[in-house]
Amino acid sequence: MTASVFFGCTFIAFGPAIALFLFTIARDPLRVIFLIAGAFFWLCSLLLSSLVWFITVQISNKESSSQQKGLLIFGVVLSVMLQETFRFGYYKLLKKANEGLLMLSAEETMPISIRQLAYVSGLGFGFMSGAFSMINILADSVGPGTIGIHGDSQHFFLSSAFMTMAIVLLHMFWGVVFFDSCEKQHWWSLAVVVISHLLVSCLTFQNPQYVGSLVPTYIIVFLVGLWAFFCAGGSLRNLKLCLTCKDKDFLLANHRPR
Amino acid sequence: MVLESSKWVMFIVCWLFKNVSCNSVAQKIYVELNNTVPCVRLLNATHQIGCQSSISGDTGVIHVLESEADLEWPLSKGPNPPYMVLLESSLFTKSIMMKMKNASSRVAGVVVVPKTSLPEFSPHTTCPNENTGVYTETYDHNLAHCNTTVWNPRGNGLSYEEFDFPVFSLKEDNETEIIKQCYFDHNRVVNGSGLQYPLCAMQLFSHMYAVTDTATCMRRSSIDFSSFPVKVCEPLGGYNVLAFIRPYNSTAFGHKENESVVIAAARLDSRAFFLEDSAGAEGSVSGFVTLLAAAQALREATQEAPPTRNILFAFFNGEVFDYIGSSRMVYDMKNNKFVIDLDNVHSILEIGQVAVRSGTNLFLHSDPVSRRNNTVHDEVTNLVKNLQSSTAGLNFSFVETGFSQPLPPSSFQRFLRARAIPGIVLADHQTAFNNRYYESFYDNAAHLNLTYPSNLSPEEQLEFVTDTAKSLTEVATAVARALFKQAGGNNSQVNNINADPKTVTQMLYGFLVRSNNSWFQAVMAPELKDVLQPNPPWYYVGVAKLSHQANALTYLVQYLLANLTGTATNLTQSQCKKPDELPNESTYMYSYFWVQGVVPPNSTQRESFCIRTAVRLAKAVSPAFVLGDYVSKEYSTWTESQWKFIKARIFLVASRDLEMLTLGVGVAVLFTSLLVTYFVSTKADVLFSVVREPNNAAY
Repeated sequence: MTASVFFGCTFIAFGPAIALFLFTIARDPLRVIFLIAGAFFWLCSLLLSSLVWFITVQISNKESSSQQKGLLIFGVVLSVMLQETFRFGYYKLLKKANEGLLMLSAEETMPISIRQLAYVSGLGFGFMSGAFSMINILADSVGPGTIGIHGDSQHFFLSSAFMTMAIVLLHMFWGVVFFDSCEKQHWWSLAVVVISHLLVSCLTFQNPQYVGSLVPTYIIVFLVGLWAFFCAGGSLRNLKLCLTCKDKDFLLANHRPR
Repeated sequence: MVLESSKWVMFIVCWLFKNVSCNSVAQKIYVELNNTVPCVRLLNATHQIGCQSSISGDTGVIHVLESEADLEWPLSKGPNPPYMVLLESSLFTKSIMMKMKNASSRVAGVVVVPKTSLPEFSPHTTCPNENTGVYTETYDHNLAHCNTTVWNPRGNGLSYEEFDFPVFSLKEDNETEIIKQCYFDHNRVVNGSGLQYPLCAMQLFSHMYAVTDTATCMRRSSIDFSSFPVKVCEPLGGYNVLAFIRPYNSTAFGHKENESVVIAAARLDSRAFFLEDSAGAEGSVSGFVTLLAAAQALREATQEAPPTRNILFAFFNGEVFDYIGSSRMVYDMKNNKFVIDLDNVHSILEIGQVAVRSGTNLFLHSDPVSRRNNTVHDEVTNLVKNLQSSTAGLNFSFVETGFSQPLPPSSFQRFLRARAIPGIVLADHQTAFNNRYYESFYDNAAHLNLTYPSNLSPEEQLEFVTDTAKSLTEVATAVARALFKQAGGNNSQVNNINADPKTVTQMLYGFLVRSNNSWFQAVMAPELKDVLQPNPPWYYVGVAKLSHQANALTYLVQYLLANLTGTATNLTQSQCKKPDELPNESTYMYSYFWVQGVVPPNSTQRESFCIRTAVRLAKAVSPAFVLGDYVSKEYSTWTESQWKFIKARIFLVASRDLEMLTLGVGVAVLFTSLLVTYFVSTKADVLFSVVREPNNAAY
């Protein structure tokens, strides 16, 4: 549409991601490395799933629209499964790397905990996923026109931006929950992550009824966010202490000599 | 094994890649308009004319103009400027265009949809080529600047105005329907209330590189920074088509002793406001088709009994733009760069606009100033006598125009500028032009009443002899007979000289309706058959190309003239390419073309053959560019600007409020997330407390 829409949509889609990167990741080079590695793993999963989808589309009958729709659903499901598989693969890789790092480093303690790795890898997945969702749309939003001449809804850019923000946040939360459940061997919570990912992806089939896809997605974001908060060690007590600024006493109270 | 499989993967990926169809977001936003004709910028020594868009295109909300009064909406009342005004060709008038030019801050561009025509419309000036003809202040003060006769009184000069917004013309009807549909769906005013966003808008790109005038743009073109110099503008030009009935050695330039030549001239090119839409039926086609038919009529008689004087058939290109072709020929003659020089020229007969008669007479125009000299006057009278006696037995007659009237705009004027040569210009108008559509895109086959019965196939239409063809055939017969007499031919042969109506009607069909027909196919060379299209050829002279490439019209006239005046030979195709190896053939005297020939019935192979002809092409680029004098007042200095791309597209635009809202929401989201993240990250050790583990607790 114009530069204002371009910047507006960029900030909406990547605002939380930029903020998180700036304040939590940018200072620590090790976190940056793991972020980029996580993004790369997501990219590999996308490559593989798109290759498979592409081959199936070429083989299929291009005229039949129901077949194409079916193929699209198949492609989405396959992509979700591959993404989660690669997330699991990344987890395994990080565990091995952690042991290796520990052996190499002079210190006794690990430079980065598995919980932080969970957060960083989830954010990496989120960055890459958001980029692939949104960059193409942002490039076209710079021109003078908006969607609609063929009868489509006008709110495409805005709802894509909100969806991308949701996806970025969700990947981060899923990363935390996923790694935590892998650590604790809670396979059922792993399944819930995969199912919620599938659910969010399939909700996008509601488009162009953007309300129908965005509202449930944000509900899921909130719920998964809460779950990730608790997995990461948060609790209502901590939150209350934080908000009422009694944290200093709490810290002192917790640091008992070993 | 791994290498093998990876190779297979690469192969599959590459194969799949070329089957990709791009279903991107851009396709949902924009509808590209493919068949558009832009108005481009032309420059001369003092002015720039034409249209210009900004470098990133001009966007405007579409408004379909219904009448001249409706102009108030885009110019003053409409709430969403700038507007892209869409108008039908009947509203494409000077007053409307001038009003839009004066309010150009509210007008983003104009799109013209050709539909019904006006009763008269000429975007050319009232006095064509007034500064480069022979009638200057010094030649005769009273006749200069059309003081006595205004040749094109209907001219509104629209083609010579400068617009700083793009003006496009739509060719196809499907695209116009899409635009009108979009307009009716989104842009219609409902009871005078405000329009609902989103609105239908159009963007036109036609950014021209050249500015100011020819000297500026040629200077900028010559700056050579890199190995790929960017040309900002290019001079207009092309080729003249020339044929002597008795050819000379083409390498021997300069004066020829005891040779006297009668020049029969006609103009090839024409223009319109939208240069690619130029038709020129009455303006140029009537003239050169008549001359081609006369050349054919003279062929037999001049081969049996060659007359004393030579005849040169000259078809000048670029005459609309200040006589590019004829001024170059006169320059070459004066500077010994042509096979004859001005001393060899005995007289000139030019065929002007001859198809729209207002009676049964055709008029003979001569130059009163040169006729004050008795020798010239006697020669002109002799030529008039030859012409008038040639109409015996035909259904029209030649009438001389008034003695004090100057010549109409014609190539003959450039010869007169160099020397007082006796000559006549034939025309169907006595004073002002009969042509109501001089140099406009309405000057087409319909203007000449070229109507065919509806049940004929294209090939049958090619053969059908129309009334226009019959009348032009008579003119061609008279011209051929007069030329024969003027060249000193034997009077007893004169009545055998007749133009062929079938040739004339086939030429009219090919030049005005469809150039891709069986006769033109037979006449063309095999490598040039792609110039034949299902439309008439372009009459705009275009930019002078560096290589020996001419435009389609030049090739058509060249090959037609070759066919009509040349002789078929028995040479094979390889011999035709190198005829000098044969004893009796010489490329100094003749040109040899391998032409496709007809397809005989019951066969699919064409009977191609080699034709030997005296037809040559001569470069028609203004002497101003040869001399490097880009501010010349003597010669044409017209150039055409270069551009990167020209395109048009339509789409919907959203309201400014929605855009600002999006930006506002984005900024708010960014700030909120920055705040929350700062807060959480500083309190992270409190929020995310960890169960104490002895050896691996670290944050």
